[in-house]
Amino acid sequence: MSILNVRGLKKRFGHNEVLKGVDLSVEPGEVTFLIGPSGGGKTTLLRCLNFLEMPDGGTIEIEGQKLCQEDASGFRKAPEKQIRQARSRMPMVFQHFNLWNHRTALENVIEGPIVVQKRSRSDAIDEGRRLLERVGLKDKLGSYPAELSGGQKQRVGIARALAMQPTLLLCDEPTSSLDPELVSGILDLLRVLADEGRTMVVVSHEMGFARRSADRVHFVDGGRIAESGPPETIFNQPETERLKSFISAILH
Amino acid sequence: MQEFFLVLIPTYMPFLLEGALVTIELSVLSMFFATIIGLLVAVGRLSKIGPLDWVLQTYVEIWRNVPLIVQLLLIYFTLPEIGLTLPAFWCGVLGLSLNLGAYLSEVFRAAIGSIDKGQRDAAVSVGMSRLTAFRRIVLPQALLIALPTLGGYFISLLKDCALVSFIAVNELLRNGTIIISSTFRSMEIYVMVAMIYFVMSFVSSRIVRWLELRMTPAYLRPQSMAWRQAAKVPTP
Repeated sequence: MSILNVRGLKKRFGHNEVLKGVDLSVEPGEVTFLIGPSGGGKTTLLRCLNFLEMPDGGTIEIEGQKLCQEDASGFRKAPEKQIRQARSRMPMVFQHFNLWNHRTALENVIEGPIVVQKRSRSDAIDEGRRLLERVGLKDKLGSYPAELSGGQKQRVGIARALAMQPTLLLCDEPTSSLDPELVSGILDLLRVLADEGRTMVVVSHEMGFARRSADRVHFVDGGRIAESGPPETIFNQPETERLKSFISAILH
Repeated sequence: MQEFFLVLIPTYMPFLLEGALVTIELSVLSMFFATIIGLLVAVGRLSKIGPLDWVLQTYVEIWRNVPLIVQLLLIYFTLPEIGLTLPAFWCGVLGLSLNLGAYLSEVFRAAIGSIDKGQRDAAVSVGMSRLTAFRRIVLPQALLIALPTLGGYFISLLKDCALVSFIAVNELLRNGTIIISSTFRSMEIYVMVAMIYFVMSFVSSRIVRWLELRMTPAYLRPQSMAWRQAAKVPTP
């Protein structure tokens, strides 16, 4: 059974129709990449998946639970509580990290488990230490985000998402706001997560990363998924003109 | 001069200090209520519920655009007309709180608005409700940003309390006027009143400054200060 199943997803901002009916499904353990030109709707699509943006139409089904659906009788959303619960299992790694400034690295990581999952503080701290150690920040537990470099912030961001024991990890351009020399460290980390068999949906411009780690690549353009396939096909034998020119633009 | 220190101060200071105590009570109570009012109004206006925003904005505009003294007189003289009799002291607290609350609501609104939307996004995306995200993530950061401005408003409130003497609350200035009306020593008494105001205000501004330094987390400090702090505390 698919972890994620999206049918006909629509989203508009005022008169601007950003998503015009997107179909997407993600199998367990699959790493899905969304690529495409900016303004094409890939970030909006990702943000709709965990309801950071409210979709205007379509169906989103996560682990068999319908969070919103559109049928003959119209468009309905699941109760707020159900959406919140689903969200906590698909946390997001953000382009701009969005670490909570008033919390240390460790506090950032344990906040969700304690407040949302109601786990005991000592459990959450043990797990948080372990995760921060794992992303290479053993000696930064007590540092505030302002005291960390971009790469270190994103490592905390990843640890914070992992602490929620996600069934689906959403990554929104996780390396786009990093200095070039910090990018590879984060990519290595994400690659390890992908190789572990985690289910991930990643918006990224890192084509090398996509080639190496993606199971499936979707080219999002003009509010639709214009082309899909395994990375070899997408990168080596693109079918549509749009994708051909996008790939040559990004590789050169 | 000798008379001022040896006779006038010992004779009249205790009565003036009694008034000063009332001034402090007025300020602290009004600050407390104004903070609550300001926060609620700010949150209400940010909720983007149209009619609520409209009502609250009207409140803010009215209270910011009428002189405080007129507001106090209105409260004191019109509440009894509609059958509500409050002691003068509480009329003062009510007027000061509503007035300051209108100003503070703008302070809080700006502070809350200055918190990056990504902070809320991150909170919501781990499954927090909007209310929890506000309470645990946005509000604590906004309060720290508002703190220095709140301190400044408190100090000006302390002095604005003098206006409450117009509605017969026996605070510092009014106690001074009472003494003058029977002694006609206006200069000496007003000097004493001024001295007491200065001391209260100066001490509070020092306290506010101290609080500000203590409460401002490293990430909000100017770089140079963060460095100084870092130099003092050895890293483990």
